[in-house]
Amino acid sequence: MAHPPVLALRGVSKRFGGVQALVDVDLQIRAGEVVALAGDNGAGKSTLVKVISGVNPADRGAIEWEGRLVQIKRPHDAHALGIATVYQDLAMCDNLDVVGNLFLGREIDRVGVLDEVEMERRARDLMRALSIRLPDVRMPVAALSAGQRQAVAISRSLMGAPKVLLLDEPTAALGVEQTSHLLDLIEEVRDHGMAIILISHNMGDIKAVADRVAVLRLGRNNGLFDVSSVTQEQIISAVTGAADNAVAHRSKGDEGAWP
Amino acid sequence: MSRGGSQRDGEPAGTERGAVPVTADGRPRTRGWSDGLRAYALEIRGIFQGGERGPLVVIAGLIVIWIVFQALDDKFLSPRNLSNLSVEIVGTGLVAVGIVFVLLIREIDLSVGSVSGLAGAAFAVLNVNQGWPEWTAVIVAVAAGTAVGAFHGFFFAWLGVPAFVVTLAGLLIWNGLTLYLLGASGTINIDEEGLVASLTSRHFEDPAAAYAVAALGTAGYFLAAHRRRSRHRAAGMPYRQTAEIWTRTGVLALVAFAAAYTLNRFQGLPLALLIFLAVLVVSDYVLRRTRYGRRVYALGGGVEAARRAGIGVERVRVAMFMVSGTLAAFGGLFVASSLTSASPTTARAAGSGMLLINAIAAAVIGGTSLFGGRGSPWSVLLGVLVIQSIASGMGLLGVEDAVQFMITGGVLLAAVAADALTRRAEARRGRP
Repeated sequence: MAHPPVLALRGVSKRFGGVQALVDVDLQIRAGEVVALAGDNGAGKSTLVKVISGVNPADRGAIEWEGRLVQIKRPHDAHALGIATVYQDLAMCDNLDVVGNLFLGREIDRVGVLDEVEMERRARDLMRALSIRLPDVRMPVAALSAGQRQAVAISRSLMGAPKVLLLDEPTAALGVEQTSHLLDLIEEVRDHGMAIILISHNMGDIKAVADRVAVLRLGRNNGLFDVSSVTQEQIISAVTGAADNAVAHRSKGDEGAWP
Repeated sequence: MSRGGSQRDGEPAGTERGAVPVTADGRPRTRGWSDGLRAYALEIRGIFQGGERGPLVVIAGLIVIWIVFQALDDKFLSPRNLSNLSVEIVGTGLVAVGIVFVLLIREIDLSVGSVSGLAGAAFAVLNVNQGWPEWTAVIVAVAAGTAVGAFHGFFFAWLGVPAFVVTLAGLLIWNGLTLYLLGASGTINIDEEGLVASLTSRHFEDPAAAYAVAALGTAGYFLAAHRRRSRHRAAGMPYRQTAEIWTRTGVLALVAFAAAYTLNRFQGLPLALLIFLAVLVVSDYVLRRTRYGRRVYALGGGVEAARRAGIGVERVRVAMFMVSGTLAAFGGLFVASSLTSASPTTARAAGSGMLLINAIAAAVIGGTSLFGGRGSPWSVLLGVLVIQSIASGMGLLGVEDAVQFMITGGVLLAAVAADALTRRAEARRGRP
């Protein structure tokens, strides 16, 4: 492989009370590639996202970052490594304005006092750089449209110059045109060398931007495919469990990298 | 409800239904006043939807209250009564500022009345019965409030017990502790010349003091607004017009100097008012201008979002209850100060919830939302003026307690209903 994986998960398990949400899940991603994470409702996609982003740390398993073993116990650990997450519900504070949300948790301050002017200036620069049009960066995010909120959420995740970007169902609430804008944005971000994990139900989106697709079923790995050489039906049968023989679907090139 | 009903039936709402005929559709007999009502309803809705009109509505309400009481009793707007009012608002006001911190994270603290009673009793017992120096007793009494807040915060944030249950239990526990502390001695009179008594009795008689505070406040506001404007302009961003800054400063100066003039016609600037204003300025600055305050608002806007942004949600929660407990205790010292005593009777009154309801009402009337994330300490100033003006006016008129309770409860209910309506109107328009 040209690059070592920027992020690799090995044997990750997570239990919520009596529910085994993840069982021995493996996943790896390199810089400059988009890995789609597919699976039915309750397959563990969102749990996996929360494990990687530190919201709900894994019970067992190893996480490697650029080849060395790391611990992700809190969201702060994930931030510090360079993992950014955009959740399906966007996780924004509706009462705060765009600037406040963009800088939430990483405010620019001088001895604790917020530097609103500098934050607003950078927010405007960022919106301009990403060609995101908003009526006003001082608007509360509750007043924005779904597409605008999504754009703000993604631009917020790019603020810390991350290396891995997790997108949880980013197109679920978007219309056709907004979706195509978003896919353009994903490709642009990938071309800058970022690794993107895209969680999606939408086979069209997956085929459009993903390089590989990893399927989860009932909390376990159920196939890893090269998007260029797999049909939509094959992915769907892995998602639904019609084809449970995961090993048969592993893409050849990666077999060596998996323990 | 009746409005929805008449929409569904499609029949014109008549007076005999006792409904507000907002959707009345065509009887000539009722059209005139129903249209008037509809316009009025739209107007009210417009006011609720307006960003800065909220405070203006409260100010208008306050003016109406003052005019009504002045008409009923011409002593109401006398410098003496207004000066007393400016001291009376402080105890409740400080407790209400604490409530604002808790409301901002979308929680409630029902124990503040009891905690304020506890602080008064703790001070009296330590200072008078145990002979501790006043300063030490004050510090211990206020620290007791902080500790109580930490206790509530622990049960809420770390054990996950709903805040209203924790603080409801606290209401009884701390009231019981207060009565227990006072049990042996009954009423304790505190030193009328002492530090705590002077909190409400001390006035700066030199007229220069009140004017200096008014001038300082006005100048401070102007300089802050001007500095903000120049920084925005230097960065090439939208900024407020100079005319707007001057207008705002002018209005502030007018109010500040009118207040100073009125206070000087009685005994001058009360120490209590000065302390209250200082607490308001500091807490407003912390909430709006610091990284810490941003976390508080973030928690009120969305706990999950705040958690994911790496904010220590539990710590902020505990801290908010500590602030609330501390300010409740501090406010309790002002209550004890104005009574110059701590007694089982006042302790029972503190436990009965009057102070609690007044404090919550003050915060909510001023525009702090019960639904979290919206409001400011300054809202307390307006709200507590409304609440205490009503109390003071009814006191002057000799209205009995029973009626005062009903009116205060009604005012709280009205304020909370207005808050809920605002929230609904904003949700419909997609605003927070």
